[in-house]
Order: sequence, then structure tokens, then C-alpha cells
Amino acid sequence: MIVAVASGKGGTGKTTVAASLTKVWAGPVQAVDMDVEEPNLHLFLKPELTGRETARLPVPLADQAKCTACRACAEICQFKAITVLAGYVMTFPDMCHGCGGCTAVCPEGAITEDYRELGEVLWGRSGEIDFLMGRLRIGEAMSPPLMRAVWQRVDRIGDVIVDAPPGVSCPAIAAVWPADVILLVSEPTPFGFHDLKLARAAFAPLDKPMGVVVNRAGLGDEALYEYCRETDLPILLEIPFDRRIAEAYAQGLVIAEARPEYRQGFLDLAGRVRDLAGRVRDLAAAPLLEARHA
Amino acid sequence: MPEITIISGKGGTGKTSLTAAFAHLAQNHVICDLDVDAPDLHLLLDPEHEKAEEFYSGHTAVIDRELCTNCGQCLELCRFTAIAQGPEGPTVDPIACEGCKVCVHFCPAQAINWLEDHCGRWYISRTRFGPMVHAQLFPGEENSGKLVALLRERARAITQEGNLDLILSDGAPGLGCPVISSLSGTDLAVIVTEPTPSGVHDLDRVADLCAHFRIPAGVLINKWDLNADQSQAIERLCLKKGLNLVGKLPFDPAFTQAMVQRMVITEFQSEGLADEVKAVWRRIQDLAGLRAAA
Repeated sequence: MIVAVASGKGGTGKTTVAASLTKVWAGPVQAVDMDVEEPNLHLFLKPELTGRETARLPVPLADQAKCTACRACAEICQFKAITVLAGYVMTFPDMCHGCGGCTAVCPEGAITEDYRELGEVLWGRSGEIDFLMGRLRIGEAMSPPLMRAVWQRVDRIGDVIVDAPPGVSCPAIAAVWPADVILLVSEPTPFGFHDLKLARAAFAPLDKPMGVVVNRAGLGDEALYEYCRETDLPILLEIPFDRRIAEAYAQGLVIAEARPEYRQGFLDLAGRVRDLAGRVRDLAAAPLLEARHA
Repeated sequence: MPEITIISGKGGTGKTSLTAAFAHLAQNHVICDLDVDAPDLHLLLDPEHEKAEEFYSGHTAVIDRELCTNCGQCLELCRFTAIAQGPEGPTVDPIACEGCKVCVHFCPAQAINWLEDHCGRWYISRTRFGPMVHAQLFPGEENSGKLVALLRERARAITQEGNLDLILSDGAPGLGCPVISSLSGTDLAVIVTEPTPSGVHDLDRVADLCAHFRIPAGVLINKWDLNADQSQAIERLCLKKGLNLVGKLPFDPAFTQAMVQRMVITEFQSEGLADEVKAVWRRIQDLAGLRAAA
């Protein structure tokens, strides 16, 4: 099973939830940090990294001697990565998406492929937990191609818990599309609620079961709870607004370990996630919600 | 006219709440929400739309079942594994489709249509703090970097037409295309961070991104009292990297209380935290050369 921990709004506690869920997960599990722009999971799981590889994207390398300036490459490229100016072919490798169109279309065989470095894929272990992450090169604009390289290293021996990037556009989609279940971590504030709705709308076409983790419960207002109740979006766990949690996080601690009173909550969450992945209607979460809002 | 862009690397550090307060304190400016993926600034500024326009960008391939001869060439050419063999012939997964046009170009039966993507909507609005340019990328869509560039162009045009002094922008979290697009050509980046391992790690990377594009950067430590040691580590990092520290603000639920009332902190309070925010804004103005010019 693959569980994606996503959010919409940044800073709602994705990494906190992913780290704690991994620590309490029963059976073999791989923790994967797909937030390749700003990966943080390693700061909490503190893995011993044992391997790395550089992820690359093919980009065009043009041979001026063979080029007849026919412009076929410039016409097929949708990303302004290759053009012909005053009879000279020019490439802009930073713009290239690596589709191979220019190489395939060139009638003279004048375009071969070079590579652009996207970043690194790193892996290792944190105790019993298998660990994998991507780290985008500073200055690289495109994270989805690096995320694809990370996905290739995901082993499906056990279960997989993915820490997704924030937002609801292409990087977030690239992190959740292979998942069996999506956890949406939010907070009951106007920003958290608004971005939760965006995230749900973005992931809905993927047709996967989704559940909510409400972090910093007690802060903000009731709008998020009303929305979840009215639209049948199950709340799988509430983590209270507690300065001690924020302080434990600030020390780089995993909440399920540092604050034992919250460990049971994450164990319950793991059970509810398994139920949800089996597309069993989550009834277990209902009493929790009602108890707080009775 | 100067452009000040508030960014963070890590999400949830308080970027938008602070940008909203600066929007209240600034004079003769245009406000720009460049987090087009999960925008939240409008929740506090309650913009009244004066102009709304559709945003089209990129394309998606769609196979015409009637014309397809099932030759399989598109399957071989697609480098994004976006085309899969279905029971009735190949089909394109619109989520995986990169919009590169390679399949469209090479299809011998010309059976692949090429549809422009309607990705979002952008607005020019009026707010109680001045004109605002903002957008909403439709959930799950791409090309946020282009939409960011478009908003910045509009903001520049408005400042020129209205003889305004400042573009104040709320940037996106992360390091990728929308952030790079937010930063290019800005005069000052203000990085909002927090004293947590993630905050420090992400500050380090986003500061390197600013250096990579030669953008001067200031640092604001929010929630500094969550961990005084980490705050000091951030101050040392600022010294080491030549970043200007523009201030430190405490961890205070008043930001959320103000948000629930749809107010910015400097409207919600008349002293205390609001005074500290005003002091930070004065230092940002100094750094951007705004007050010296006034």
C-alpha cells in the first residue's frame, strides 16, 4: 500500500504526520520524501544514507555543422528550448522538458542528447525504516522529472509512506498519483480550510480514497469541520494545538515518540488509513468527530 | 519602482499573514499574490474584482478513436509514459501528458488532437489597502511559472499607469518554477523562516537560490521563541551568508485570531505584536531603499 501525506497549504504538519505514521507503522515500511524542493523528512527520521545517484534529464545537443537551419526542431519544441536564429541553431537546456521531439524530428541527425542535472536521489535506513528522498538542484525549476526518478527507486516490498510537497499543481500531483490513499493534513484556520478544498479538488480526478488529519485542532474556527461533515470527508485524526508539540518539532523530534500521549492517536490513524485503503467506509473516525462537536 | 517579494522556502512560516500586514502598512503600492497554486492572501484582503481574465497555457494530446489505426508509434515515442494501450487502442492520461506535441507530430494517421489547456483565471482587484493582482490556477493544473510572470507584468503596468512606488508580492513556498518566476528581477526577497530544523534547512536552500539569481535577501525569523537556540543558529547562518536580518517575531496565536476575523495583525491589534510588525516593515523599507528615497 502507498499512503501519500499531502496538504495544499504548506506548514500544516505533513512531515510531522509522515514521520510519526512511519514510526508507528506495523510491518516493513519505506518512508519517501517527495517534497524534493524542500525535503525535511530526513531531519526527523535521521536516516543513515547509504546510497545516492544524480538524476538527469536529456536535453538537446545540436551539431552546427550538420544543421541546415530548417527550423523543424524550433517548430516542434513547445518549451522554447531550441530555436534557429540567423541560420544558427541555439539551445536553452534549462527550458527543456526532455521530450526528445527535436532529436526525433531533425532530418539531418544533427541533434543528439546531452543531460541536465535535476538533483539527487538519496536512500538509506533509519532503524527498521527504509528511507528514500529526492533533493532538487538549486536553480532547477522542474521538480516532477526528479520525482519520477525517485518513484523509480521506490521498492514495493512493504508499505510506502510518501511526504508530498505542498500546493495543488503538478509537483503535488506527481507525488500522489501512484498512491492508494491520500491523507490531507490541514489546520482549522481560514487558510488551512481554503487550501484543503483546493487539494481535494485537485486530487479528486485521481479517484482515490482521501481522509483528513486536522492539526492544531482548537485553533481557528469550525468551518473545516462543518465542510468535512457535510461532504463526507472523514477526519482520521485530530492533533490538538499544543505549544509543546511545536517545541518538540522545533527540536527535530518525532511527536509519536517525544510525546507518548499522542502515540496512540497515530496508531489509530494507521488503522484508519488501512481501512480507508480497503475502501471500507471509515466509521471509526465518526465518534471522534462527534465527541468534540457534540 | 522597487519590487519586494516575500518568500519562505518552507510553507506555513507566516508568509501570507505578514505580507497582508505589510500591505496594510505600505503606501502607494500594488499588492500581488504570486502563490497562484494555493493563494490565501485574498482571504484577508477581500478583493473586489475589477477585471477577470482566463489563463490558457500548454496543451494536452487527445487521441481520436475514429482515426487511430492502433500502430503503437505514440506509445513508443512518449517519454512521459502518458500513453497506455487500452482495450480500444491507445489513450492519453491527461495528468501524465507533458504537452510536448511529439505524438501529435509523428502520428501517421494524424489521429491526435492538440487541445489548449484552460489552466486558471487571473484578476485585477481593489482592496482596502490598494490595487491587487492575483490568480487561481485550477487545481491540478500546470504552468504556474508562466502565470506568475503574467501577474508580475500586470503589476508593473499598474504601477507605471498609477505612478505607484512599490510592488509588494506574496511568493510561493518551495524552490521550483513558481518561486524562480517570482524572484526573477525582484529588488528584494524577504525570507520568512522559523526556528525549526525544517525552517533552517529550507532557509539555507532558498537563500542559495536567491544568491544563484543574484537577488538581495533579508530574513525574518517568525515564532523565534519556539526554540531560542535554533533562532541563534539562524542568526549565525545569516551572518555567514551575508543575509540581512530584518527582525524576529514571537509565536503568537493572535495571527490566527486576526485571520479568523479576516483582519491583518496590524488592524487586529493597535500595539504589542503589531508594533513589532511595524518595526520589521520599517527595516524592510530601509533595506529596499524605500525610506531613504522618501
